[in-house]
Amino acid sequence: MNIPLNISGPLHNWLFAILPPAAAGIFEMVIMALVYLAIFAVAGLFLVLLERKVAAWFQLRLGPNRVGYFGLMQTMADALKLVSKELTGTEKADKFLYNLAPYFVIITALMALAVIPFSSGFQAFDINIGVFFIIALSSIGVIGILLAGWSSNNKFAMIGAMRSGVQTISYELSVGLSLLTMILLTGTPQLSGIVEVQKNGWLIVQGHIPALIAFMIYMIAGTAETNRAPFDLVEAESELGAGFHTEYSGMKFAYFFLAEFINMFIIAAVAVTVFFGAWLSPFGITESIPWLGVFWFLAKTLAIVFLMMWFRWTFPRLRVDQLLKLEWKYLLPLNLMNIVLMALIVWLNLTIQF
Amino acid sequence: METAILKSPFKSEEYFVNMGPQHPATHGVLRLLLTIDGEVIKKVEPDLGYIHRSIEKMCERDSYQQIIHLTDRLDYLSAHINNEAVCLAVENALELEVPERVKVIRTILDELTRIASHCLWWGVMGMDVGALTTYFYGFRDRELINDIFEETCGARLTMNYNVPGGLRHDIHPNFVKRVKDFVAHFKTKLPEYDRLLTGNIIFQKRTKGVGVLSKEDAIAYGASGPVGRGSGYSCDVRIHHPYSALHKVNFNEALQTAGDAFARYQVRIQEMWESLSIIEQLIDDIPEGAIQVATDAVIKLPKGEFYQKVETARGELGVFIISTGTKNPYRLKLRSPGLSNLSLLNHITVGSKIGDLVAAMATLDLVIPDIDR
Amino acid sequence: MSYFGEIYHGIKTLLTGMGVTGRYFLTSGKGAITQQYPDNRDTLQMFDRFRGEVVMLHDENNEHSCTGCQKCELACPNGSIEIIWDRGVDAETGKKKKFIEKHIYHYGMCTQCGLCVDACPSNAIVWAQNFENSVYDRAELTRVLNKPGSKVRAGVEE
Repeated sequence: MNIPLNISGPLHNWLFAILPPAAAGIFEMVIMALVYLAIFAVAGLFLVLLERKVAAWFQLRLGPNRVGYFGLMQTMADALKLVSKELTGTEKADKFLYNLAPYFVIITALMALAVIPFSSGFQAFDINIGVFFIIALSSIGVIGILLAGWSSNNKFAMIGAMRSGVQTISYELSVGLSLLTMILLTGTPQLSGIVEVQKNGWLIVQGHIPALIAFMIYMIAGTAETNRAPFDLVEAESELGAGFHTEYSGMKFAYFFLAEFINMFIIAAVAVTVFFGAWLSPFGITESIPWLGVFWFLAKTLAIVFLMMWFRWTFPRLRVDQLLKLEWKYLLPLNLMNIVLMALIVWLNLTIQF
Repeated sequence: METAILKSPFKSEEYFVNMGPQHPATHGVLRLLLTIDGEVIKKVEPDLGYIHRSIEKMCERDSYQQIIHLTDRLDYLSAHINNEAVCLAVENALELEVPERVKVIRTILDELTRIASHCLWWGVMGMDVGALTTYFYGFRDRELINDIFEETCGARLTMNYNVPGGLRHDIHPNFVKRVKDFVAHFKTKLPEYDRLLTGNIIFQKRTKGVGVLSKEDAIAYGASGPVGRGSGYSCDVRIHHPYSALHKVNFNEALQTAGDAFARYQVRIQEMWESLSIIEQLIDDIPEGAIQVATDAVIKLPKGEFYQKVETARGELGVFIISTGTKNPYRLKLRSPGLSNLSLLNHITVGSKIGDLVAAMATLDLVIPDIDR
Repeated sequence: MSYFGEIYHGIKTLLTGMGVTGRYFLTSGKGAITQQYPDNRDTLQMFDRFRGEVVMLHDENNEHSCTGCQKCELACPNGSIEIIWDRGVDAETGKKKKFIEKHIYHYGMCTQCGLCVDACPSNAIVWAQNFENSVYDRAELTRVLNKPGSKVRAGVEE
């Protein structure tokens, strides 16, 4: 197994010098896993706080401002509270699946995080089918939601879970196809390869019109993938109460909650990688300082995350049949047309290169 | 038996869900017994009584002055209009002619109440279809009206400002200025409501063709207020039986013919504009004069039956008093708009999705204490 | 063409909506419409007509103007006011006079309708503007409005 752990070059060399190779490999993996868990927790908590602050600013409110300076510790306090809470459950729940479901959701989110290229050397797992890997993982996440809704023996949760199944299966297509459109341009699904191609200009510029359409479709479908408003039918508050996680409490609920935000981060990160040049700086202004790549990557990702939050705090929710209509009647045909258009543009060499 | 199963291997089954009494979309303690097939609603059965306070019975115990503060607690979003209904009924029975000043102030406050109620409804309507931000914008404007109420009447919600024969006290010196400021402010905000929600394609898809109510059914079920007018049923009490200062003003009845949730939405938005126009026509020349005509300390209504109806923000509120000539009513019956409008729910939502039920219920604008008196 | 027209129209309406919220986001620095309540306690000013709680006014001599006429007790729809009174001999005139022993106000039952204050002929009870009325024990909601040792002001007649 060839895992290029570029970030930990010195660590890698040191471990392999003092330990036998097998032990060193395992030890290194454990360290990397812990690092990513930390990133996961911090990013999740920070995004929850950001969402609450952004929502407050959209809604003429102040948002959390009591715990810590400017409310920065609010989500930490919430997490602590959730850890200390009792884990309740329904009596007739299928206990095994009920307990398993949150881990499905959170592990897939964690795994997808591994392939995100934060910077030129900061990528845990540069798999050669990167884009497909992410698409495949995001479909596994829905199993967790389905299990949660089904096993908790609650009708509202069940309706939410079924909606989630319908929604994710449909919108998977659009996410996949819009990313495929871009792969036509890059010629490789490997994420580092995609970044390499963009040194001649971000893909959204290179692919101009079809890339823009693909980006819009990706944003719509990506928002639907993460079950966020205006596609939050899964937990439609005014219809189903809390949807699939109605019967979850404490840390198990927090897993679903965190996974939702990490998924949002992943969708935004993939959008940045595929459309906006990942960690590349605009016009190469800071090309000489490679560690600024992380900054550019996060800045772009947060901009996309903000866009998704803007959607959420503006739009009403779709109805379940309208959700499917939007996918099958509008997004999918447009997407197929877009692929043909992109193929033509690549074939005729009409891309814009710097 | 075996063949029957073979014939329909994917037999679907209806199931039963309790929506409420604690549910975000029921706006209070309303319990809906839903029979659902998948997402499709087969039957909606409202179950009432969770907040019954026997207000009608309490009215039989109280004097006529005391009854008024109970009507605050019916439809608490139209508290002032409810107060006025009882006052008008008592004044008619006593054949009291209240001063012009009282009538004008009452009408201005009525329309402010209506705008406040519709503001809240607009915010909640947006929230029910999933746009959470509307809630705060609606409340922002409603708070300004509540400030006006608090300054003049002494309370934000349960105003109890009307008394039989006039008003409790004169308007506050700041009243006129505050109302004018509000009208100017709200005229800039109402178009914003349209831009944010009315025009939104998702919102239109969610509400158009949802919860369709025909004019005949609206009349048959006794629908009133914006629900009836959304179906083209001209039922505005303010037009057909003007009371207080309403004969002095010109305004149009907000009518839509489509009968769906979006039509009811538009009626309410249009009503806010009409209410603004009524306030503007009256606010500049509130006539001078007394704010009360003297009544006996113990009001005794003559023997007989008296009925007064007014248009609250939700529809027609009727107050029916049977008096035996004593200081308490023998019987006081309230015809509340919410109950008749709720009876429509099953009729307009059968066969639609759960999301439609929430959207249709939001446009009925139910206030549960009004239904459960 | 209406297929694409519909898409165009849809996206336009969505962007219009985002414009509204976006403008509020950009101007959010100007301040929120909400108040930071417990922090602004010192500056919070209630309207003077606000009906918070019924209180009895006492002057510096610990005198009030309640004659014990019981009109407020009669006016109250909920029975929140209870007056315990007695008759005594007026020191100046030597006549028998009604005076209050306790003016009991059951705040837990009060609906703030204001009928008692309106009914009071000598303006002995008025509205206070306080609104922080939570207590730990229900018994604390039953209040005696006249201060201990207070008496009716001379000249206030029934």
